[in-house]
Amino acid sequence: MAAGLKTRKKQRLLVVSIGLTSLIGATLLVLFALGGDSLSLFLQPSEIKARGIEQGKHFRLGGLVESGSFFKEDDGLTYHFIVTDCAASQDVQFKGLLPDLFREGQGVVTEGALNANGVFVASTVLAKHDENYAPPGTLPKSEEQCVHPEAAASTYGTASYLVSG
Amino acid sequence: MTEFLNMGGYGAFVWTAYGLSAISLVTLVLRSRARANAVLLQVDAMRRRRKEEG
Amino acid sequence: MHRFANPAQFNRLADSVMPWAFSVMVLTLASGLYFALFDSPADYQQGESVRIMYMHVPAAWMGMFVYMVMAVASFTALVWRHPLALIAGKAAAPIGAMFTALALITGALWGKPMWGTYWVWDGRLTSVLVQFFLYLGYMALWQAVEDDEKAGRAASILALVGVVNIPIIKFSVDWWNTLHQPASVMRLDGPTIHSDMLWPLLLVAVGYQAYFVVAFIWRMRLEINLRKLSVMRMNEVAGG
Repeated sequence: MAAGLKTRKKQRLLVVSIGLTSLIGATLLVLFALGGDSLSLFLQPSEIKARGIEQGKHFRLGGLVESGSFFKEDDGLTYHFIVTDCAASQDVQFKGLLPDLFREGQGVVTEGALNANGVFVASTVLAKHDENYAPPGTLPKSEEQCVHPEAAASTYGTASYLVSG
Repeated sequence: MTEFLNMGGYGAFVWTAYGLSAISLVTLVLRSRARANAVLLQVDAMRRRRKEEG
Repeated sequence: MHRFANPAQFNRLADSVMPWAFSVMVLTLASGLYFALFDSPADYQQGESVRIMYMHVPAAWMGMFVYMVMAVASFTALVWRHPLALIAGKAAAPIGAMFTALALITGALWGKPMWGTYWVWDGRLTSVLVQFFLYLGYMALWQAVEDDEKAGRAASILALVGVVNIPIIKFSVDWWNTLHQPASVMRLDGPTIHSDMLWPLLLVAVGYQAYFVVAFIWRMRLEINLRKLSVMRMNEVAGG
């Protein structure tokens, strides 16, 4: 009797374990093989060029706001800036409220479409935060060097400045 | 004090976040305790009754 | 039947753990909240709104941690038919659901002023919302099926299926581009968060772990008592 119970438990362990591993494997495979890019929230400037997205098509554009590119039109309401992924860049025009985190050199996700002049006319602009949390003046100054937003992770990613704090 | 409550203009967001967190945590644990004790009383009452009957 | 099936053993363990867990909870949460609100710097980008992070991040961690507790309990219940394991999963679920909801809500409250929106359907936010629904589904299955044995088995299978969501939550910010920022604390190259901000965060995180132990013990007691009550009622009916 006791032996029979043990084999049944072993069987259940095997069935549940195999079921679980194959399910996780299958799901991750589907995510990567079929999902891929479509699970990303936005396209970056180089992808726009590579895909040849036509004007008027609605999509999300993300990247860094290029340093020194931001200006306001004379009407005081329309903003212009360049979104870059360091390989390619895209002119953006936006009329509306900018979020508090919007800054040059920081990440941004915008929604809109290209117009006839190839300018991306955004209807919303969301600011993207990076992984750095620090009091003012404690982070090393960035050297005006373009850093790809999705690869920026390792820029400040050392514990070095933690010691000084 | 007002400056502290104002949280640099983010007071509404910051205090809602802290308030909701505090209320949820306290409510969940107190309700669980109260219910556990209430059910225990029922169990004890049933036991006593059975002893008397049986 | 089983060595640990006897709840008396659990009660003894719970009684000895409870005062410790409660003390740790009070001490770490009190000091953590003090630092978070009064004695930590504003962020160079986010200003004072960074204080929401001390509620948001530990709640998000707990949402995942409690899910793993629930999954391990479900696995044990399915394979070894351990009655206390089934109860443990049931006791953990509402706590995990609460933490996940708090992570979503506090995140939205930070997102509105900082990102410019309460919500966006990116990989991170969506997968955490899925986790919240997995908790709800688990609890709903317990409610919906009359027979506790069958209900527990169905709920446990759902909990195990949902485990696949855990790595998706964790790595969503690396696999796809998202609005949500990448990890700041649990990363291979060390935290990218200043020590003055890391300490209050870790204190609250430890406090939440201790809170989980306290809340979990009370919910275990509740579930054990409920089971006792239903067994006695059944005996009563059977006995006439």
